[in-house]
Amino acid sequence: MDGTLPDQTLLEMYWTMLLSRRLDERAWALHRQGKIAFHISAIGHEAAQIAIASAIRRGYDWIAPYYRDLTLMLALGYTPREFMLSLMGKKGDPSSGGRQMPSHWSLKRANVISHSAPVATQTSHAAGIGLAIKLRGEDKVVITTVGEGSTSQGEWYEGVNWAAVHQLPVVFIIVNNLYAISVRQEQQMAVANAADKALGLGLPGVSADGMDFLAMYHVMKEAVERARRGEGPTVVEAKVYRITPHSSDDDDRSYRSREEVEQFKQRDPLVIARQHLEKQGLLTPSKIEEFEQRARELVEDAVRFGESAPYPDPEEAAYPVYAEEVPRA
Amino acid sequence: MPEITLIEAIRQAMDEELARDERVFIVGEDVGKRGGVFRATQGLYEKYGPKRVIDSPLAELSIVGVGIGAALYGMRPICEIQFADFIHPAFNQIVNEAAKMCYRSNGEWTVPMVIRAPYGGGIGGGLYHSQSVEAFFAHVPGLKVVIPSNPADAKGLLKAAVRDPNPVLYFEPKKGYRLIKGEVPEGEYLVPLGKARVSRQGEDLTLITYGMTHYYALKAAQMVAAEGIETEVIDLRTLLPIDRETILQSVKKTARALIVHEDNLTGGYGAEIAAILAEQAFMDLDAPIKRLAGPDVPAVPFSHPMQDWFMPNAEKIAAAIRELAAF
Repeated sequence: MDGTLPDQTLLEMYWTMLLSRRLDERAWALHRQGKIAFHISAIGHEAAQIAIASAIRRGYDWIAPYYRDLTLMLALGYTPREFMLSLMGKKGDPSSGGRQMPSHWSLKRANVISHSAPVATQTSHAAGIGLAIKLRGEDKVVITTVGEGSTSQGEWYEGVNWAAVHQLPVVFIIVNNLYAISVRQEQQMAVANAADKALGLGLPGVSADGMDFLAMYHVMKEAVERARRGEGPTVVEAKVYRITPHSSDDDDRSYRSREEVEQFKQRDPLVIARQHLEKQGLLTPSKIEEFEQRARELVEDAVRFGESAPYPDPEEAAYPVYAEEVPRA
Repeated sequence: MPEITLIEAIRQAMDEELARDERVFIVGEDVGKRGGVFRATQGLYEKYGPKRVIDSPLAELSIVGVGIGAALYGMRPICEIQFADFIHPAFNQIVNEAAKMCYRSNGEWTVPMVIRAPYGGGIGGGLYHSQSVEAFFAHVPGLKVVIPSNPADAKGLLKAAVRDPNPVLYFEPKKGYRLIKGEVPEGEYLVPLGKARVSRQGEDLTLITYGMTHYYALKAAQMVAAEGIETEVIDLRTLLPIDRETILQSVKKTARALIVHEDNLTGGYGAEIAAILAEQAFMDLDAPIKRLAGPDVPAVPFSHPMQDWFMPNAEKIAAAIRELAAF
């Protein structure tokens, strides 16, 4: 099934998932130590995200992400040091210079547009970028991500509808982790699969096992290539599970059982990927230890870098309100 | 110089900007073959084709959201909201997205776009085809808010708005679309955003207004001039950023200020002007600052007698001028 991917790519996919997991775990620890104010986690979502990143042309295609996309961002060249600046609200955070909460991404050098916290607002932005690409006759693709709860928003329907009407090169990814904070999918939608919503909007909707990086990759690859060929948008649902609470401010024991969480941990996307690559002979115990060691070093370096970085000057909060003030920033 | 209507000036501005810059495109409901329900885009679809003048689905938030996306990619969208009353579904996109994009990305991303919307009553439009919505947006840093009162300004301001690197809300006094005529300079010109205009010189009091009520204000000033009251009239033209200097300079000269707008009184734009005058011109004033605004009811009623009760007009403004001059 993964015959299309070179060994080196498979190893890089695993490496990025691992780095994302270790950074994420450290963010939780930093929060519990009182060193950062907030963290919103990607643990359980890594496979879906690395599959998305691997299916696009990085640095060429455009991305309208949402807040759980740490693995995707790392794959696009966002560095652990930059992540720590964002977590700690330090000067030089490339997403917002410390203005936005952590994990509210923006990275112009990687064609990642800035997003906000009101959910699904980036959906119509993705359609607008897709429209601009089509108007200019280019072959770029836009991908955009939301959680399944966000598909309840009119924002989401309007953006997807636009892309379907105008056959725009956009892949709308729904990362379905079953919970919108505490509200389960059954209270969020009447369809069995979030991707089924595509039917009413006149575009294909495909569900994939987002815990399995290769299963997700193949679905994404097809959707991206379809968009690039000018054949229109696709809704792709990645079925995943959020192994951690919603955020560092959430206590998930109030709305889901420990048994359920344990059950899904058996399908930990990192473990699935590791076992697959072990079976292929690509990952050996020494290679795994090498990756772990490298991740430990990078995380340590990033934490040290973040802790020693200065905070923004208070006066920086005054600008840039308007584009004319950008040279100051 | 040729005399044209307000809406012809708006159409000319879009025509010239479409011709000048291939990144410019128009998107909105019925803007294509129909040429807009008010005909603002008439003939542009035929001239520039379906890639430059795009009929959108009937969904305002995505008209703005798609515009934002295209602007991030480097295009220069002109989004039309058919009536200002229908802009509220797009409030999230305008206030949370367009207005905050530059600030929240520390200047990495900017949103050069124009959102045009006809506003105001007096046309039998009832609650949902008559609203004035400028105060909501004039409160939001990151936006620019422009309201023209005459054809020459309408054209020059709209062309400047299209070239502005920020999100600009451009509200058009729809009652004046064909009622207000005026000369427009030949050839290329821009009217800079953020600059008010003294449209009538006077010594006795300063009347500060914009858009449709500016049209009535000039008539009222003429009426009271016959009685010996000389009114200085300021047309704000841009509400955000506001031109404090022009307002203060005039009020320091006349020592009396009347603020007029059609939007309802409480929390209206006039409150901000009154606050500026109270803070920065208090010692120069000979009379309390006076506001004449729409009444505090939810919106303009449909039936004519009630609509007329709501709407400001030259007579109501003249009465307010006399009252202030007599203080």
